[in-house]
Amino acid sequence: MSAVLPSSLTDILIQAAYFVAALLFIIGLKRMSSPKGAKNGIVWAGLGMLIAGLITFLWPGMHNFVLIIVAIFIGGLLAWWSGRRVPMTAMPQMVALYNGMGGGAAAAIAAEELVRGEPLAWAPAILAVLGAIIGAVSFSGSLIAFAKLQGIINKSLRYGAQQIVNALVLLGTVALGLWIVLLHGAAPVPVVIVFFVLALLFGVLVTLPIGGADMPVVISLYNACTGLAVAFEGFVIGNAAMIIAGMVVGAAGTLLTQLMAKAMNRSLANVLFSNFGETATGSADEVTGSLKPIDAADAGVMMAYANKVIIVPGYGMAVAQAQHKVWEMTQLLQNRGVTVKFAIHPVAGRMPGHMNVLLAEAGVPYDLIADLEDINPEFATADVSLIIGANDVVNPDARSKTDSPIYGMPILNADKSRNVIVIKRGQGRGFSGVENSLFYMDNTRMLYGDGQAAVTQLIQNIKAIE
Amino acid sequence: MIDGFIALYIFMLAAFTGYEVISRVPVILHTPLMSGSNFVHGIVLVGAMVALGNAHNLAEQVIGFIGVLLAAGNVVGGYVSTERMLAMFKTSRDTKQGPQT
Repeated sequence: MSAVLPSSLTDILIQAAYFVAALLFIIGLKRMSSPKGAKNGIVWAGLGMLIAGLITFLWPGMHNFVLIIVAIFIGGLLAWWSGRRVPMTAMPQMVALYNGMGGGAAAAIAAEELVRGEPLAWAPAILAVLGAIIGAVSFSGSLIAFAKLQGIINKSLRYGAQQIVNALVLLGTVALGLWIVLLHGAAPVPVVIVFFVLALLFGVLVTLPIGGADMPVVISLYNACTGLAVAFEGFVIGNAAMIIAGMVVGAAGTLLTQLMAKAMNRSLANVLFSNFGETATGSADEVTGSLKPIDAADAGVMMAYANKVIIVPGYGMAVAQAQHKVWEMTQLLQNRGVTVKFAIHPVAGRMPGHMNVLLAEAGVPYDLIADLEDINPEFATADVSLIIGANDVVNPDARSKTDSPIYGMPILNADKSRNVIVIKRGQGRGFSGVENSLFYMDNTRMLYGDGQAAVTQLIQNIKAIE
Repeated sequence: MIDGFIALYIFMLAAFTGYEVISRVPVILHTPLMSGSNFVHGIVLVGAMVALGNAHNLAEQVIGFIGVLLAAGNVVGGYVSTERMLAMFKTSRDTKQGPQT
């Protein structure tokens, strides 16, 4: 390609294109952080990606063009096909999958550098190895996260000396990495292979014991990790666009991870290294009162004649695919003059904001949806709180019971409203395995059944009143 | 090439940029934004292309091919999922009030 243009001009063209791409990424992310500009934010970022991708074909000394195009075509087509057809409830695991692929790509760049066997300077050698470890862990860890949320792996593997085994594998990875650095990145190929195998293994081992409820935090963490790995490998191959975009994502991802962990009242170390759910059986037997069932007809009347209804949706609603029915019911209630609002806990769904996406998919306008801080004072003025498939996020024990495993987690104050109706499949416990004292309160009624079927019954009963 | 302290400056400024850009994001956009930032680190595609473009033997070609394939999946998957999520956000048709953030 350098025959077509003078090499200095090609270089300027490439650098200018990368500069524009980096600028477009930052503008795109900025726009995506406010609801108004969010939609075209991704288009801006996409434009940057297109420019950067196309200009890279001009990179001096490139060959293997057929291989490059075939690889882009296959990878892109598979991702496009899968991304188009997954249901919205499965989005978190798809994000994990695509993120893992990015981490794997960063690790592959590192592998290319290390297998080549040409000596590197100190800084590139160190960053190549660091990026390789982080990228490989992000790759295999994200795949495990995907498999867990997708239901391919159901159990959280836990055994006695787990932390020690994990520590040893990590130690081995770091030791081999150090060896490679000391050899200026020109280590024998078998050493490089074992190094990558150990790094991949560590990603698997560290993710396996983490429970489903904590997965969003882990996916977000791996997202930040991939960003970091991309930035490091960008330095190794001298690519400013990769450094900037990778680092921006690394920082933004770290912040998002912290926000998520905070919303669950857990520290990151706690998520990664404690076996939540194992020790959570604490003081379940202290709950007093009984579960009081209600039928759909009574519940329908209660809501139809209310002034204000607050709906608290949880992941159970999404699994039952009840969100469309819930919106239909909301419209019926609105026609009767009932004020309806949706209260979203920061960790409702499988990721912060996931529930908003699911409600948006059903057509619920986002100005009916309120965050925890905005809605909590309103529960006192609500006639009915309708809890659909949510559990831990409305458990009053988090406020009062100091020995509860969820103590301190911010919750939605549904217990403050005049009546509470809980739609629930059975008498099981929430993700954390903790008993919910809200269900036993005097003003709480349980409407047992599948989320979608129960809401359909409610709709029929509300319609019958007219 | 980007050397030494220049690279360090880039790392630092980019990190602060990422932090600042995200710091005031409403909760409703967390998931789309995570997906969007997932798309942005798809820029790794560029590096993977250069790596494969400079591969000389079969082993290097195989590694490079895997790299480009994975990176392309990251880019396209990240774009499609983000775009699908963001396309769903809309406000009440009848009421003309602004978004609650």
